[in-house]
Amino acid sequence: MFDLHQVSYQVGRKPLLHEVSLQAQCGRLLALIGPNGAGKSTLLRVLSGDLTPGSGTVQFEGRPLADIPAATLARRRAVLTQQHSLSLAFRVQELVLMGRYPYFQGQPTAHDQAVVRQALAAVGLSHLAQRSYPTLSGGEQQRAQLARVLAQVWEAEAGFLLLDEPLTGLDLNHQHHTLDIARALTRRGFGVVAVLHDLNLAAQYADELLLLHQGRAVASGTPAEVLTPAHIQQAFGIEVELLAHPRLDTPLLVPLPRPAAPVEYFSL
Amino acid sequence: MPALAQRPAASPATASPPPTTAADLRQRLLLPVLALLLVGAVLLSAGAGAMPIPVGGVLGILLHKLDLTTALAFEPQQEAVLWAIRLPRVCLGVLIGAALGVAGAAMQGLFRNPLADPGLIGVSAGASLAAVTTIVLEATLLGVVREWLGFYALAVAAFLGACGTTMLVYQLSKENGRSVVGTMLLAGIAINSLAGALTGLLTYTATDEQLRSITFWGLGSLGGASWPTVLSVLPLLAVPIVLLPRLGKSLNLLALGEEQASHLGLPVTHLKRQLIGLATLAVGTSVAVAGTIGFLGLVVPHLVRLVAGPDHRTVLPGAALGGALVLTLADMLARTVVAPAELPIGILTALLGTPVFLWILLREKRQRGV
Repeated sequence: MFDLHQVSYQVGRKPLLHEVSLQAQCGRLLALIGPNGAGKSTLLRVLSGDLTPGSGTVQFEGRPLADIPAATLARRRAVLTQQHSLSLAFRVQELVLMGRYPYFQGQPTAHDQAVVRQALAAVGLSHLAQRSYPTLSGGEQQRAQLARVLAQVWEAEAGFLLLDEPLTGLDLNHQHHTLDIARALTRRGFGVVAVLHDLNLAAQYADELLLLHQGRAVASGTPAEVLTPAHIQQAFGIEVELLAHPRLDTPLLVPLPRPAAPVEYFSL
Repeated sequence: MPALAQRPAASPATASPPPTTAADLRQRLLLPVLALLLVGAVLLSAGAGAMPIPVGGVLGILLHKLDLTTALAFEPQQEAVLWAIRLPRVCLGVLIGAALGVAGAAMQGLFRNPLADPGLIGVSAGASLAAVTTIVLEATLLGVVREWLGFYALAVAAFLGACGTTMLVYQLSKENGRSVVGTMLLAGIAINSLAGALTGLLTYTATDEQLRSITFWGLGSLGGASWPTVLSVLPLLAVPIVLLPRLGKSLNLLALGEEQASHLGLPVTHLKRQLIGLATLAVGTSVAVAGTIGFLGLVVPHLVRLVAGPDHRTVLPGAALGGALVLTLADMLARTVVAPAELPIGILTALLGTPVFLWILLREKRQRGV
């Protein structure tokens, strides 16, 4: 499990995170929520080891994260980043196979090939395995990258997935499908930390939420504890009403209509 | 998602090998085909020249040197020419072509830009500056050095110049102990133009005779080849030619982005140092013995990717074989088209390389549907 204690991170004199603590446990889906610029991605990059916090401690399985060899870490936790810069014309199956690179020297084994096929099937991209990655649509590219990330920790025990806005560019069906995958993995003992923007999806799928605002943790706990109109007002500056979900035992947020802003407000 | 809810079995019993596609086939066949073509080109090139030797004769002489008697006929004169003149030159061409090709592919992988070239990080400009300095100042300042190193003074200076500029560019691009690739590219451009200006300044002060040396050196030539040259560059070129293709998997991961690669366990900083060091060794050594041979490092990896796709596990060895093949053929042309005179090989590679490169650009533009 990941254990962050009083982590602060700043760029120059601008604090991006201020004394944030969190525990991401196996078998749980933790969603990081908050407005743009609240520090969600920064927090995720601290978890992935890309950023070293200025103060505070980051531990994975009881050891300081920085002390764990990269190769060991690569077989336990995989990271889906927000931006992808792959421009070379790799085929989709070649991309997904890269998730298996930590496992083989030279040529991939039959098992590696099988994992690639299963990961592609899991995200529903089997039919595009031979397609060139740059020719895919934005949502398909996102799912191909997810398949690569899944392949990396496919048979890990108590593996971890760190997902930065995994739903960007996905249609309604695939948004739910992606979170279904994340939840299925938590049933298998995985820990998942995901940055999510859709609060209702977060409420429906996450076991725990951490609400960030201006680099500070405003609230954490179960969806019912965190998603209160007062917290939303504080972090997003928007009034919401809490409804009961018609089928599920989770809160459903509906933004309240605001008085229309005068036209001059938007004109330059 | 029931399939994911349980830990998958160690290896699925139903695993059947994936179907082989045309792309797979091209990827698999490229290296053997290039190797065969290279052997053919070497035999052909070794036979071509003022005293033509048929391929059978070349084979006969080579086997004779290995103490094997064959029915393949040749004359003693042919043996002397082949062994003393042609073969060292062909070997040098193969080594330098392979080094330039694989170094170009490695740099394109490092910069994640298909237009990158070892020249971009200042290797060639630094080597040229050092070489021109040696030529122009040899009579005065560097006379002592020249006495020590004799014939090799130029080569040693060019090599040191290449290493020096690369180190400088690398240091300039460092932020928080990590070199930033974008900054490195910009620093390379700056250092390139500075070295160009200094080279120009020295050229301006050069005598007529020195100008001739500078020009010829800059155009590139394999003319100085002899067995001692080949043996002295062999270890320096063999290291990058053998080691760079082993970084194919790492370069594939780097194509995902530096952060994404490090998430997959790749030691990115270490890899970057390795790539830059090996590419500098390859290009610096090549420039030192053969002058600047342009376009090879840029065009050959492109052609390989065009045929076999972007997987660096194929592109790196493919670029080495392809570079060797192209330079061997270019050198054969350079020696024969205006015989008994000889064209500088740099002119030929640029003359042939430019249209090919433009063709690639136009083709890619069409494919994007622009």
